[in-house]
Amino acid sequence: MFTDLPLLSLLIWLPVLGGLFVLVYGDKNPWAKPLSLLIAVASLVLSIGLYTGFDSSTHQMQFVEKMSWITAFDINYSLGVDGFSMPLIILTTFSTVIVVLAGWDVIKDRSNQYMAAFLIMEGLMIAVFSALDAILFYVFFEAMLIPLFLVIGIWGGPNRVYATIKFFLYTLFGSVFLLLALLYLHHVAGSFEILDFHNVSLSMPEQIYLFLAFLIAFAVKVPMWPVHTWLPDAHVEAPTGGSVILAAITLKIGGYGFLRFALPIAPDASMALDWLMIGLSLTAVVYIGFVALVQTDLKKLIAYSSIAHMGFVTLGMFIIFRIFANSATGNGAELAIEGAMVQMISHGFIAAAMFLCVGVLYDRMHTREISAYGGVINTMPKFAGFAVFFAMANAGLPGTSGFVGEFMVILAAFQADFWFAFLAATTLILGAAYTLWMVKRVIFGDVANDNVAKLTDINRREFFILATLALIVLVIGVWPAPVTEVMHASVEHLLTQVSQSKL
Amino acid sequence: MTQNLLLSIALAPLIGSIIAGLFGKQVGKEWSHRAAIAGVAIAFILSAWVLKLVVVDGQTYNQQVYQWLQVGSLSLEVGFMVDALTAMMMVVVTFVSLMVHIYTIGYMHDDDGYARFFSYISLFTFAMLMLVMANNFMQLFFGWEAVGLVSYLLIGFWYKKPTAIYANLKAFLVNRVGDFGFLLGIAGVLMYAGSLDYVEVFTQAPAISEKTMTIFSGTDWSVMSVICILLFIGAMGKSAQVPLHVWLPDSMEGPTPISALIHAATMVTAGIFMVTRMSPLFEFSETALSFVLVIGAITALFMGFLGLIQNDIKRVIAYSTLSQLGYMTVALGASAYAAGVFHLMTHAFFKALLFLGAGSVIIAMHHEQDIRKMGGLKKYMPITYWTGLIGSLALIGFPGFAGFFSKDSIIEAVHASHIPGSGFAYFAVIVGVFITALYSFRLFFLVFHGKERFDTHGDHVPHESPAVVTLPLILLAIPSVTAGYFIGTMVFGDFFGNAIIVHTEHDVLAHHAESYHGVIGFILHGVTALPFWLAMAGVATAYYLYMLRPDLPTKIQQRFKYLHCVLENKYGFDDFNQTVFAGGARKVGQLLWQVGDKTVIDGAAVNGTAKLIGFTSKMLRQIQSGYLYHYAFAMIIGLWLLLTYFVV
Repeated sequence: MFTDLPLLSLLIWLPVLGGLFVLVYGDKNPWAKPLSLLIAVASLVLSIGLYTGFDSSTHQMQFVEKMSWITAFDINYSLGVDGFSMPLIILTTFSTVIVVLAGWDVIKDRSNQYMAAFLIMEGLMIAVFSALDAILFYVFFEAMLIPLFLVIGIWGGPNRVYATIKFFLYTLFGSVFLLLALLYLHHVAGSFEILDFHNVSLSMPEQIYLFLAFLIAFAVKVPMWPVHTWLPDAHVEAPTGGSVILAAITLKIGGYGFLRFALPIAPDASMALDWLMIGLSLTAVVYIGFVALVQTDLKKLIAYSSIAHMGFVTLGMFIIFRIFANSATGNGAELAIEGAMVQMISHGFIAAAMFLCVGVLYDRMHTREISAYGGVINTMPKFAGFAVFFAMANAGLPGTSGFVGEFMVILAAFQADFWFAFLAATTLILGAAYTLWMVKRVIFGDVANDNVAKLTDINRREFFILATLALIVLVIGVWPAPVTEVMHASVEHLLTQVSQSKL
Repeated sequence: MTQNLLLSIALAPLIGSIIAGLFGKQVGKEWSHRAAIAGVAIAFILSAWVLKLVVVDGQTYNQQVYQWLQVGSLSLEVGFMVDALTAMMMVVVTFVSLMVHIYTIGYMHDDDGYARFFSYISLFTFAMLMLVMANNFMQLFFGWEAVGLVSYLLIGFWYKKPTAIYANLKAFLVNRVGDFGFLLGIAGVLMYAGSLDYVEVFTQAPAISEKTMTIFSGTDWSVMSVICILLFIGAMGKSAQVPLHVWLPDSMEGPTPISALIHAATMVTAGIFMVTRMSPLFEFSETALSFVLVIGAITALFMGFLGLIQNDIKRVIAYSTLSQLGYMTVALGASAYAAGVFHLMTHAFFKALLFLGAGSVIIAMHHEQDIRKMGGLKKYMPITYWTGLIGSLALIGFPGFAGFFSKDSIIEAVHASHIPGSGFAYFAVIVGVFITALYSFRLFFLVFHGKERFDTHGDHVPHESPAVVTLPLILLAIPSVTAGYFIGTMVFGDFFGNAIIVHTEHDVLAHHAESYHGVIGFILHGVTALPFWLAMAGVATAYYLYMLRPDLPTKIQQRFKYLHCVLENKYGFDDFNQTVFAGGARKVGQLLWQVGDKTVIDGAAVNGTAKLIGFTSKMLRQIQSGYLYHYAFAMIIGLWLLLTYFVV
């Protein structure tokens, strides 16, 4: 049904143009919000066409589109998806619907601009995931920052200026090196096609420099320790929708970057530097786990928890070399990469849900301090049910999607080194400790103060949003096979790529 | 046996749980408990049918229900495996659960969370069934964590109570420490067996036992020992073995029915079940078995001591549960798996009975739980009294009662064991018999006999609980006596068949099987043996101390002040954990956050860079002041410097 349509272009330009329309004509117009929702839902429906039309037996790029863009510099408008990018695109379209709904009653000031920013961002992020031309990728990679920057800067909290500048400089700093790397690769490969980059031979020093450039660019996005400190600040100042997109999608662009660029382009450097990546990932899991424990601000706690969870993503991607070396029988390398992917997707839903839960509380009490709450369950029983559920998912309880990725990566890590698995598995304790301790202080207990006593339970809109997310988290946890099936071929292909030396 | 039959068993309680949980308000209290009870009753009846199919018709079942995940050649599945061990567990779980469901109607009658409670206990039954019916490690872990979740929800059921929400967090975290080991153990299994399917892993056990791995560089560890010890750490969490036992006494903050169901009869025995299931692995590692044996012995003995000084009726029974779990663990360590699960079964009946009896007393006492404020309840509560007596006699191992058979076979098995630590274990279980009898009958006498020390609240006298409460007591009292008579088939016969593997050199039960000549002979032998007399001595001591000379316990307490202090503080485990782990983790967190993130990364690196740039540009700005005379001055200085340079 969708095969003849330029589906990816539609997915990119429908929200971008629709967002521009809402931006220009939607000021103080009652149809701005419904129209935004319509565009977001239409994008979601279109993206499901990607899933149903996807051929999971091949690693080749699908839904390919290619047009010349800037002929003089050999830059093409080249799009396509494989098993890594397709699920992330669906995650993007889904999250956008959630964000539009979440901002429905809450954003009163310039709501059309708010909606427009998220729609435009949606298109740009889909473009990042589907770009097969390096420059195209880079342009969208940068452009995507602008709407997010505006969202935090305009609808953010009191300290938003510091947060936006920190966020912007951090990520911009990273991408300068990315551009240099891409230009160098063009010089070697003779084109800007990312897939051509995969096939060029590179010497070890070349690979190391390229890898470091990618590392700087993507580590900031993920974010990896020690370039993570922008994230808690950005989250704290961002409005709920901003936090949702930040956690659900933008962080994933870092992980995606490693899969698309660093590993296949510089496999030997990846192997040589895997100790660094593993070390940083495990630091994220353990160090950040402890830091999350002592947070007094709900959003900061969840932000730190995001960093710890993303540690599993990078851990899964870079333990594969040790697993190859140990040649164990447990399919560790596939488990590691797919675990990393599942972790990204699952985190998209769970972190989004956690930030939405905080948003629900913040909209009512206008504070994010944990100590201001206590006994919320007494006045908001429905909300408390969801909050406990998502907290459990955040703590990686089996039966929720939060378990799947962590489980796969820990199983794989054991095949790389006992101690990797040991340190990674501490998340079982730390993750439960910081999440459930927060639940204890916020949700449980007797009504702590008058403000909590005056709380009203979630309305139908909020219920719908949280219930949808809960259902997805549950379904992926109980049956993750449909999510991983589409990745198999791409994962196999990546593993072949990284196991062949380019020297 | 068909998949549909097994699915019905597992899903019936889940459906009941969903109805009571999500639609409790719509369907009302009555239909909430009807739905939940119907679900569990179906599960029980069908489980009994499955047991019949397994035991009488000799059927077994092992098939996948659906594929959870496929990664490379590895397939992770949800599936069922039913053999004698599973079938027995299914019957025990569903039977005790059904009793507790019925009992709950009476116990939770006036509670606001009535439907929610039924939803949780049905959900628990589902999770526990998934755990025991699993045919692979992943599903085992699923059930394992799911029962932990329900335990968390139920301990914190009365979420307004600060102690309850402290206890449930503690229970979850301590269990997570166990799960940490458990998950690593599963990861080890996958690495060395290439599969998580029970049968495949067990087939490869001999090959795995040959392998070694390096944990600290330069040392070689037997893979099997590492895997088994890691798996057992999981069991230590769930089955509350020292030092991961600390959560169980606190879990008594939950309503009494769940103390009976989850924290006595079923969930806490999951660890025992798991190790028994893994007997094909544990048999290859004497190191792991020794470790199991010693941990079990420590738990059996030292947790028993703590039961002696508790005054909360539920806590006495809780420490008794800890001690009895220690007995089961000792049996596993001695490779007497059959005796271990046999005790698991008898214990499930009589311990559930004791807890539910305690609940009945608590109702009569208007939620007073201090046994010093009870006494003489015999004449007011005859059914609770007699069933309580049966439960207590079963617990201390009085000949003819269920606990006698299971406990004696454990003691005999440990006696015959020769693996390292068995000497200490034998000492522990023997002394434990005396201690068990002492605390059990101390409780029994203080509650039911002697002076009435309770506050009658005016003219109100205690009365027997309603039928929904006493009926489960009576129904549980029956197997508390009769379950022991299965000893011939379950412990000394081949009831378990291939479900339990014991290597000949460890087979301590085979030795006794030869000298086993029926139940009567076993009882007669028991009456002449040391454990029986120790138990009698315990009862007599309790009678003397708490009935004849009630002044003595206080004197003994004062005399042995330090010892009492040690027991009162529960050997200091709680304080230690609170200071070192809970406090330590927060200190580390603060340190990493304040120093690592804020001072070094943000302060020095990030803002430092910004400040450096700001500072540099400020300096540079000074030069460009815009005043002509500044520039002129600079030119003159420059000119002068250049001239000097050229001239000199």
